[in-house]
Amino acid sequence: MPHYWIPNSTKEVKQEILKETGVDDVEEFFKDIPEQLRLKKELRVGFGKPLLEHEARRKFLEILSKNKFTGFRDVHRVFLGGGVCVHYIPSVVRAIVSRAEFYTAYTPYQPEINQGILQAFFEYQSLMAELYGVDIVNASMYNVSTAAAEAVRMALRVKRGRKRILIASSAHPEIKEVIRTWVKGLNVRLEEIPYEREDGELDVNVLRAKLSDDVAAVYVESPNFFGIIERKLRDIIEITHDAGALAIVNANPLSLGVFKAPGELGADIVVGDAQPLGVGLNYGGPSAGILGIQDRKELLRQLPGRLVGMTKTVDGSENGFMLILQTREQHIRRERATSNITTNSGLEAIAAAVYVSLLGAKGLKRLGEALLGRTTYFLETLRKRDIKAAPLFEKGLYFREVTISFKGRDARDVISQLEKHGIHVGPPLSRFYDVMHDCSLLCLTELHSKDDIDELVSKLALVLGGETG
Amino acid sequence: MKYRQARWDEPLIFELTSNQDRETFQLGDDYFAKLGKETLTEVAQDIVRKEDPNIPNLSEPEVVRHYTRLTQMSYGIDVGVVPLGSCTMKYNPKICEDLANDERIIYAHPYMSEEHLQGLLEMLYTLQEWLAELTGMDVCSLHPPAGAAGELTGVLIIREYLQDKGYTHKDEILVPESAHGTNPASAAMAGFKVIHIPTDERGNTDLNALKAAVSDRTAGIMLTNPSTLGLFEEKITEISDLIHSKGGLLYYDGANLNGILGIARPGDMGFDIVHLNLHKTFAAPHGGGGPGAGAICVKKELADYLPKPLVRREGGRYYLDYNIRKSIGRITWFYGNIVPAIKSFIYLMMLGPEIREVAEVAVLNTNYFMKKIKELPGIDLIYGRERWRKHEVVISFENLYRETGVNAEDVAKALLDRGIHAPTIYFPLTVPEAHMVEFTESESKRTIDEVISAYKDIVRQAYEDPGKLKGAPRNTSVGRLDALRANHPRTLAPTYRYVKKRNIDG
Repeated sequence: MPHYWIPNSTKEVKQEILKETGVDDVEEFFKDIPEQLRLKKELRVGFGKPLLEHEARRKFLEILSKNKFTGFRDVHRVFLGGGVCVHYIPSVVRAIVSRAEFYTAYTPYQPEINQGILQAFFEYQSLMAELYGVDIVNASMYNVSTAAAEAVRMALRVKRGRKRILIASSAHPEIKEVIRTWVKGLNVRLEEIPYEREDGELDVNVLRAKLSDDVAAVYVESPNFFGIIERKLRDIIEITHDAGALAIVNANPLSLGVFKAPGELGADIVVGDAQPLGVGLNYGGPSAGILGIQDRKELLRQLPGRLVGMTKTVDGSENGFMLILQTREQHIRRERATSNITTNSGLEAIAAAVYVSLLGAKGLKRLGEALLGRTTYFLETLRKRDIKAAPLFEKGLYFREVTISFKGRDARDVISQLEKHGIHVGPPLSRFYDVMHDCSLLCLTELHSKDDIDELVSKLALVLGGETG
Repeated sequence: MKYRQARWDEPLIFELTSNQDRETFQLGDDYFAKLGKETLTEVAQDIVRKEDPNIPNLSEPEVVRHYTRLTQMSYGIDVGVVPLGSCTMKYNPKICEDLANDERIIYAHPYMSEEHLQGLLEMLYTLQEWLAELTGMDVCSLHPPAGAAGELTGVLIIREYLQDKGYTHKDEILVPESAHGTNPASAAMAGFKVIHIPTDERGNTDLNALKAAVSDRTAGIMLTNPSTLGLFEEKITEISDLIHSKGGLLYYDGANLNGILGIARPGDMGFDIVHLNLHKTFAAPHGGGGPGAGAICVKKELADYLPKPLVRREGGRYYLDYNIRKSIGRITWFYGNIVPAIKSFIYLMMLGPEIREVAEVAVLNTNYFMKKIKELPGIDLIYGRERWRKHEVVISFENLYRETGVNAEDVAKALLDRGIHAPTIYFPLTVPEAHMVEFTESESKRTIDEVISAYKDIVRQAYEDPGKLKGAPRNTSVGRLDALRANHPRTLAPTYRYVKKRNIDG
């Protein structure tokens, strides 16, 4: 049947092309498919018949309206954390990534006709390098979880022969799972380093004790899954280096307006997720994984993913950009490639570049301060009121996300009570840990006003019943 | 066709100001910024960032203009034809963009309770069902964020499944020489040894070589069908029987599904695992390199090994099921790339049972092009010369190169000068001086004719004045780039910071 997305689908055009090809029927082209494999029946795809655009729009909205969540109108009451939080997507970012020259392009294999997109990738790499304090950042991974897994695999290649990886137990549980899955088949041992009960930071003594010359890398997050900033990050990196291992640090890009860049502190490999940089939540994906390294040959040689570099025209007259060091990649190196990654998160990387360009160093610093200010404000407000809830780690430095303990009350129950009041908090930590059934994460971002936070605290008081009246 | 691409001498974003700061876009408010600043004074000062990162402070219009100019020096499917083989650069319907970027999706938090996101989950569930029907498989998951991630998922499923059966000696994966590089790379990532199988003259996997290679150690085979040569694997049933008889599994690389969509299904051919590229076959855009979205589909016996979680339905309610007994674990956090998946859902909703039209016209377009192009001097098809293609065709310029010195790259650059994005070049590696051409169903006869006459014109020029082609492209934003310089350790320039530090002449 002809379709308006398919120019050559009308009968007349088809006939004309068939005639010029010297064939009577399209079926002729499929005769090399064994007869018994050729489908005779109509497939049950779609809603019984092709839908016209207005019908599809109607159907789509009909289904989506079954969501109770209504979008931006609701986000001020969404305090969910767990690695990603509600953040504003500036209209400028949407406008640029909605330009079809960008979003309908393929990977720029022909650089001369795609200089714009290549420059945008180069700027993404360069801006992230400034933010994370490293010299080289690739053109993106799928998201931080796969960036972390690739970083671990990379460390194992760089430190060939070393078969242990130490992972902060305070790392995002789903990232830990991803790492575990991606190293299956490599015959390596993943071991966790516990966190301090007082402040939620990595237990440096255990780290020191566990490190030896068979450890390839240490993976640590700041802020970690509990929202805690690792204040001893420099020490952690130094101890790791003393044992000859690589330090992989996952940092939230929005924390880097106010906190020292992991690269500056000596991390060999840095990773992060571009989600808060105007990319959106997207129900978990897509996002872009930031992956950067120090300027060292052995790291660069093992770097996975695409990399854009600046160069000149053959005649030397002009600057230009192209994909570089492709011999690391699968289409050339095949089973000896540094990774199988091909499609990455190009458009999200551009979104991140636009976002960071838009805010500038000033805007990023200010946003970092304002996020930290909200965390402080929330904790102070909570402390001031007599509510049966407190931060789990009393001496920890929280940023954006807070681990809150409901003092024996089942967190799942508290969360569902809050939901009845239109407030979304979570995830409950029992989802990931056997202990901590009375704990939950919550997250405070620029989308939450002072009133929104006050409202959150009031509702907590109401549900937890600590306050009378 | 005459083509003149925009040529802005657009500086790097770092060089747009001369150290004069502008007021930048603000998301941080005074009240909380002040509080945050105070908090910072109370923490150990060696963790506080003292120096601003070298990120320029620009005003909103300056940023918008900068990136808009960059878009003008970019080329996507909405600008013109992008016949990159195996990339399936089809039209990305605007309605899909329009609807999928709904606030209720892009602001949806992955840990929000399922009860609040029933509509979104229903779409994902329905898409899983449709993809299972299209592939002839039992269960589909939207977990992998792209095709290659789907492959890793698939080979890990093979690994765990065989281990559970006690077949730990099965450590070899067979891959045809014409396969995408991702196949051997993925197999190696999962710890398998890769055995390459040659292609026979008809363009099929060489069955004799395959029989010789198959052994007790065979864990499985990864096949792309139609292959990267655009040819259907004629002996697929024999291959399937052979691998299964040795206790191995068949993996289907869905990159080329567009050529047989609605016509034949991998599930019926005997494949046990299938990955799909939603950004190829099902019209989600490529975004200049990503994001993609992969689906992974399996037969019943392997369903327990799928990554966690799956979207399921029970009594009209949709939920995320984490109870997958032998799951290989997680390939990514959360649930995959949801927004492209929703675009594919809309695409399929609009084509519905008529989906077969896609493959019919895509294949018609390929063969029309092949018929015309093989008449040109200097061009050869190498494999399966007398066979019809499916979604793509690979042409070799080996003879042209020998006779004129003009190679596949020169031809590609000359296409750019005519406003045509070049096909995939130098791939598959088994075809010398290759152009791998895929039009998809989205190109009109008129466009295909333009590409044919561009090739004609270039080939003629190659015989008449080959030197001129070495100077291509001229009509693009920049002339031909120096790859040697770009990759040389002394002139390598991966970031602005690196360039400044090493003082590379830029």
